[in-house]
Amino acid sequence: MIRATGLRKKYGDLEAVRGIDVEVRPGESFGFLGPNGAGKSSTMRMIAAVSPPSGGELSILGMDPAVDGPSIRARIGVCPQEDTLDNELNVRDNLVVYGRYFGIPKAEVSSRADELLAFVQLTDKAKAKVEDLSGGMKRRLTIARSLVNNPDLLLLDEPTTGLDPQARHLLWDRLFRLKQQGVTLVLTTHYMDEAEQLCDRLVVMDGGLIVAEGSPLSLIQQHSTREVAELRFGVGEHESLATKVEDLAERVEVLPDRLLLYTSDGEATLAKVHERGLDPVAVLVRRSTLEDVFLRLTGRTLVD
Amino acid sequence: MSTISPLPSWTMVWRQTDYWTTVYKRTWKGTAITSFVMPLFYVGAMGVLLGGFIDSGDAQLEGAASYLAFVAPGLVAAHAMQTATGEVTWPVMGMIKWHRTYYGMTATPLAVADVVAAHLMFVVFRVATSCGVFLVVMSFFGVFESVAGVLVAFFVQVLIGMSFAGIFFAYAATLKSEAGFAVIYRLLVMPLFLFSGAFFPVANLSAPLELLAKLTPLWHGVDLTRMLVLDRVDGPLALVHVAYLVVLSAVGWWLAVWRLDKRLEV
Repeated sequence: MIRATGLRKKYGDLEAVRGIDVEVRPGESFGFLGPNGAGKSSTMRMIAAVSPPSGGELSILGMDPAVDGPSIRARIGVCPQEDTLDNELNVRDNLVVYGRYFGIPKAEVSSRADELLAFVQLTDKAKAKVEDLSGGMKRRLTIARSLVNNPDLLLLDEPTTGLDPQARHLLWDRLFRLKQQGVTLVLTTHYMDEAEQLCDRLVVMDGGLIVAEGSPLSLIQQHSTREVAELRFGVGEHESLATKVEDLAERVEVLPDRLLLYTSDGEATLAKVHERGLDPVAVLVRRSTLEDVFLRLTGRTLVD
Repeated sequence: MSTISPLPSWTMVWRQTDYWTTVYKRTWKGTAITSFVMPLFYVGAMGVLLGGFIDSGDAQLEGAASYLAFVAPGLVAAHAMQTATGEVTWPVMGMIKWHRTYYGMTATPLAVADVVAAHLMFVVFRVATSCGVFLVVMSFFGVFESVAGVLVAFFVQVLIGMSFAGIFFAYAATLKSEAGFAVIYRLLVMPLFLFSGAFFPVANLSAPLELLAKLTPLWHGVDLTRMLVLDRVDGPLALVHVAYLVVLSAVGWWLAVWRLDKRLEV
């Protein structure tokens, strides 16, 4: 579906994407995980055939975006990071007007709009103004709009950023259904839970480069331990206490507000911490996540 | 956006009809007063009431039988400029910055050139309807000398509109904040409205200012409109007017596509 080799994007002196290789296969759900400014959105805009690459090769649905931009865009759906809905049109008209840009006949786009409203659970809002929708509803409408042309490939840039947990789960459920219908999904996110929920395979991006690639599970197995014990001490104590526990874990990360002990058995490690007479204010034992992978690979957290 | 060709695909332009129809449906009431009623206020105040005090022969009024007959074509041409300008300043910025409509449009098979062309076609529609109504109403005042001239003048209004639309579209696509619009309205649109020969013959200006006035697109539009409706066409000069306005329209159109393409790329 997508094949990129040595892909680059420059804006003046700033190089947002510094040579990445990516391959997305039909039917899979592929993610770009990384913090803000990692080059995810720039990559997405190149894949969406709206931003010409500054270097490298890019093929989308077997076509070259520099030559076949309109044909590529006819077969993909784009859910941008910032909503581009028409606030002054009602919900249903947003879908109908957008469908017309793809040259879909009026009668067809009309029935398609009704199907999509049902799919994103907005049927009873069909006549409502977009301005009056909640953030989560707007996102669902944007997703419905991106599906109006029955795309082979759906691009989602930060689909759930800024939504409350309930709205996120509703959206994930809809995306999961699309995936089951065989739609190829490509999404960017800086939420590791979103990447774990939705992606079959993902790349971790940092500073315009890909720093790791694989399934969420394989990335965790490769770059982290099975469990993590989090210890919270008083303010400013973490740095000095790290040396007292570093032999208890495979690896210790010091964050401003807590210590992370990477270990195969979190409870056992915790018991040993207590044996040494250390008394953390709060403790938590959990499974490793992609957040830990990112921390390991870049030395930084995903969400600042 | 991949290739900057200013030439649109007319199929793609046609696909945006539904969008612009809905835009017009929701805005026509708001623009009806400025489009259809304001021009008549000007005609009443300047042409009829103020014009009643103006007692000049046709020699000083470029061949018009009365001041009303002189000022009417000027007001129509100025109205074409103002209507076109109004449709490409705040609306273009809104579609880039506030509603991000252009970003949504260009994520589909539509290219930047198609989007610009459709927007400019909407300007054509707005100028044609509001100046068309203006010309029809004025014809009842008995100020026009030639029916054929008025018909040609109708198309000239569209051309005047386009000669401003492209340039100001490009300007709006470059601006980061709406403060820049106050500048063009105060320093360009208003002075052009007042000094480009709509209200008085530019020969009344001092020589340097007269030359300056004759360099402005509005003067070419006003003079062309006036010679058409008064049936006093000066062939070679009319061709110069048309050529000037066509070139400016084409350059403006090209600039608009180029600037919007640059703006949407980032």
